[in-house]
Amino acid sequence: MRRLLYLLPIVLFAAVAGYFALALSSGRDPQTLPSAMIDKPAPEFALGGLDNGAGLQLDALKGQVVLVNFFASWCEPCRDEHAVLMRLAKDNNVALYGIAYKDKPADTTRFLKQLGDPYRAIGLDETGRTAIDFGVYGVPETYVIDKEGRIRLRHVGPLNQADVTRELLPLMAALAHS
Amino acid sequence: MKFIAAFLLLLSVAAPAFAVEPGERLADPALESRARTLSEQLRCLVCQNESIDESGAPLAHDLRVLLRERIAAGDSDAQAVKFLTDRYGNFLLLKPPVEPATYVLWFGPLGLLVVAAGGALIFLRRRQAMPDAPPLTASERTQLDRLMKEGEGR
Repeated sequence: MRRLLYLLPIVLFAAVAGYFALALSSGRDPQTLPSAMIDKPAPEFALGGLDNGAGLQLDALKGQVVLVNFFASWCEPCRDEHAVLMRLAKDNNVALYGIAYKDKPADTTRFLKQLGDPYRAIGLDETGRTAIDFGVYGVPETYVIDKEGRIRLRHVGPLNQADVTRELLPLMAALAHS
Repeated sequence: MKFIAAFLLLLSVAAPAFAVEPGERLADPALESRARTLSEQLRCLVCQNESIDESGAPLAHDLRVLLRERIAAGDSDAQAVKFLTDRYGNFLLLKPPVEPATYVLWFGPLGLLVVAAGGALIFLRRRQAMPDAPPLTASERTQLDRLMKEGEGR
């Protein structure tokens, strides 16, 4: 019994070290914040669009499972994820909508002309207020919104193909059938 | 000497740098001071170890302006902060609230102290309870005396 007591510090150390090792090896970036908006209704917004577009309103999105992507022409990681978004729209036929965060309309237009336009519609959030309502703290961020207009997932940072196939598409498929 | 004096003089006029820009300030000093106090307690989500009061990040600027708008619109301090935590979560608060999820954070150290103090108390009690060593026998005493004398002689 006494012997076991002497082992206690080693056991405690192993437990703490194991916990740290687990957290380190999980690959999760501790600076990535959990969203406070998960399972809450998406905030109301009605944003103007580019010259030839109709803009974007929350009400227009209801009834379908949609992906809302906050992007900006000045944002380098947004360029990185653009190819993934193009594939999502073309190959997977995902209802993808874009919100241009603090971007000049002319710059957004040029950005989409250069890289292609994967969005069904685009809203311009020039003040960044809609982004704040969503809890966005940096572009790009991508949200999955269900048929009832609730936020179900937030992805911080550029999407890669692994995120899409492992996380996004299965969730959107499940939500579409529920 | 002159240099040091000049340096000290400079130090005395140096004010801490804040990121709050003149254009952001509210005209009413009472409201502005409330906003200042609140913004010092809110984390900038971009540079996560700074408050939005200190941070130069554009999002911090937006949140400062938004906070001032809420306060100017008649929100209480709690309402204005809740407006922001509804969107960004409790991570926004530099001082985490006391709630079930943070009990370990708030009371963990106290718990550790209690456990350690308890352990130390038990250890000390046990040690005192140990019986005194048996008295020396006659032969041991003569041996000790001899050793002591030898030591004195040195």
